[in-house]
Amino acid sequence: MSNIFEYAPAPESRAVVDIKPSYGLFINGEFVDGHGTSFKTVNPATEEVLAEVAEANDADVDEAVKAARRAYTRVWSRMSGAERAKYLYRIARIIQERGRELAVLESIDNGKPIKESRDVDIPVVAAHFFYYAGWADKLEHSGYGSTPLGVAGQVIPWNFPLLMLAWKIAPALACGNTVVLKPAETTPLTALLFAEICQQADLPPGVVNIVTGAGDTGRAIVSHPDVDKVAFTGSTEVGKAIARAVAGTEKKVTLELGGKAANIVFDDAPLDQAIEGIVNGIFFNQGHVCCAGSRLLVQESVADEVMERLKRRMATLRVGDPLDKNTDVGAINSAEQLAKIRELSDIGEAEGAERWSTPCELPTNGYWFAPTVFTGVSQAHRIAREEIFGPVLSVLTFRTPSEAVEKANNTPFGLSAGVWTDKGSRILSMANRLRAGVVWANTFNKFDPTSPFGGYKESGYGREGGRHGLEAYLKGADS
Amino acid sequence: MTPTSSSTASTASSAGVFDDIVRSESSLRRFLHGLPGVDQVGCEARAAGLATRSIKTTSKAFAIDLAIRMVDLTTLEGQDTHGKVRALASKAMRPDPADPSCPATAAVCVYPDMVATAKQTLGESGVNVAAVATAFPSGRAAMDIKLADTRDAVEAGADEIDMVIDRGAFLSGRYLDVYEEIVQVKEACGDAHLKVIFETGELQTYDNVRRASWLAMMAGGHFIKTSTGKVQPAATLPVTLIMLEAVRDFRDQTGQMVGVKPAGGIKTTKDAIKYLVMVNEIAGPDWLDPDWFRFGASTLLNDLLMQRTKMTTGRYSGPDYFTLD
Repeated sequence: MSNIFEYAPAPESRAVVDIKPSYGLFINGEFVDGHGTSFKTVNPATEEVLAEVAEANDADVDEAVKAARRAYTRVWSRMSGAERAKYLYRIARIIQERGRELAVLESIDNGKPIKESRDVDIPVVAAHFFYYAGWADKLEHSGYGSTPLGVAGQVIPWNFPLLMLAWKIAPALACGNTVVLKPAETTPLTALLFAEICQQADLPPGVVNIVTGAGDTGRAIVSHPDVDKVAFTGSTEVGKAIARAVAGTEKKVTLELGGKAANIVFDDAPLDQAIEGIVNGIFFNQGHVCCAGSRLLVQESVADEVMERLKRRMATLRVGDPLDKNTDVGAINSAEQLAKIRELSDIGEAEGAERWSTPCELPTNGYWFAPTVFTGVSQAHRIAREEIFGPVLSVLTFRTPSEAVEKANNTPFGLSAGVWTDKGSRILSMANRLRAGVVWANTFNKFDPTSPFGGYKESGYGREGGRHGLEAYLKGADS
Repeated sequence: MTPTSSSTASTASSAGVFDDIVRSESSLRRFLHGLPGVDQVGCEARAAGLATRSIKTTSKAFAIDLAIRMVDLTTLEGQDTHGKVRALASKAMRPDPADPSCPATAAVCVYPDMVATAKQTLGESGVNVAAVATAFPSGRAAMDIKLADTRDAVEAGADEIDMVIDRGAFLSGRYLDVYEEIVQVKEACGDAHLKVIFETGELQTYDNVRRASWLAMMAGGHFIKTSTGKVQPAATLPVTLIMLEAVRDFRDQTGQMVGVKPAGGIKTTKDAIKYLVMVNEIAGPDWLDPDWFRFGASTLLNDLLMQRTKMTTGRYSGPDYFTLD
């Protein structure tokens, strides 16, 4: 009996991307120098410095907002929806054409496996532009009117850099707004490549402005008096600060924040697929997913069987080089995030939960965390309450559907949930009782531009995606 | 390959362990319908995900040779002649006449009346003769005819019997009939190994495939096999995934290993490697062996040989450089 059926390394070539030594800000259709303190972005899988990136200070942000305002009043808001759609379709097609380049760059800068950036992130990005391009000339049928808001200030996170950009920019532009967008400081490269794509598509200058930087730059955008709309995806903590900053102003706000989703497995569930869903729910994108199924609620009668199958499945997860096509779990995005995951995991252990990690070899350089599961977790444990934002699953059990609902809803968050059962009526009744913006049935972490996405409670407000996603960028039917 | 003593021992009849379940029609039905369901979308997504695994260099060379050793080289046509079967048997022993390092296939698979011819050519080469029996492919015949068909093949020297289940009985819920049919055919097989064909293209649902798998394993089948090759769709990745999960779970429960054989529609090396990846990740490396996994195929072999030659010489040669038997 031979056991040499190992997968040899199958790395995707880096040759398709051209990373420049330094990047400026993209304002009014051109790359310009920033006036803040430039910073470095690193490859989290190797700690190699990829590029030096400009930081936008208050004056740079002001320039960007002015450019956006000019483009809004002179060009974009006056253009017919059908004309705007042409630009969006063009951008969508260029994204498809340059898909491999974008996928490789995303994996290098973010640490996510190429399998995901190639098969999930980039195709969904293109789909978002195609979808909202279709809305641009049909806004009067949206139910939210067809009057844009003006200049949108958008701040996005590092977990799905280009996808979050698409979620923000595509509906904003389709509705006739112009944008100033700040990508996360650890993952600015695909947003800057997107800026090049805007040039390639001959998008009028100032319609899209990309300013890089960290918290200060974000604050400057959010608090800029000429920004009409603030859209943010990120942590609940920053979301609260933004809500405070815009309180009392005319600005419209949408916030898509953290989550602590319950993935609920009933005893009649299709177990093998449920295991896949649990794995996909928490280890997809290293668990850096706001809607990750980080709390597994499993019915006691099948708990042992589920855990046994889950551990066996987890042992087959391949952790390593994000550019290897066979990699299932890539690198943690930053040293800071890794420290946070370690801290919360150590707390989980100290509080008495039982920790099990896959016996995989981790690379020596870069930021890595083995897929981990905690059993014997109770609602009182911090790992059951706080968002870890890493490949760490907390397992709780329940006895009845009501107990499952109670536990699932017993959290300050409410972004997503999963239900696994063969019984259709139970899916519907659970979906009604779960206080979460998205409820997946017999699947998890599925995204589509036609489906609205957003949270309850501390997971934020407003919806992105689908027809509902237009509301955030239009004045409403009465205006 | 002749059945080794260890594999015979480990696939000994499971009778006894499942006595309570197969006691009555209702207890058997309760058990089969109590197996966890299969979510179609999730199962197909998992199979598609595994199919994106990329295999390179040394593992690929290993995988190709392994796949050749797993082929049940098959001819099941009305137009089969003794000459055709002799040619096929020669090819099974030395698939690539230009390269003696190329391994032989696991078996040749023929109709019962061709078993003697195949056996004569294969002799003591180690390549087995598998015969389809029990009124293959429809299985629509009286029980004593099916048993006679089986005995005839075994007496002619078949090492392995590929039987078809009565899909009509299965689909109308007469599970116990199907169970007893398998048990009786197995008895008629004597020392020959029994592969149980479900014809998954007729069972249609993944839930049915899972139930049929357990039924056949409890009845003592050495192998579970997807299809006759006469019905479309034949073998698919998701169906094979369900069957691999079943043999894995069966071993967890009983300690006994059962083999899996997808048959029909697997034509390229790329396809074969996708199946091997699935075997490796779902059932585990123990199944990466011709004793436990087979391909029922005819055209697959030549593609494997072409890829093998490409691996060793670095060049593709045309189809004319490989025998068409």
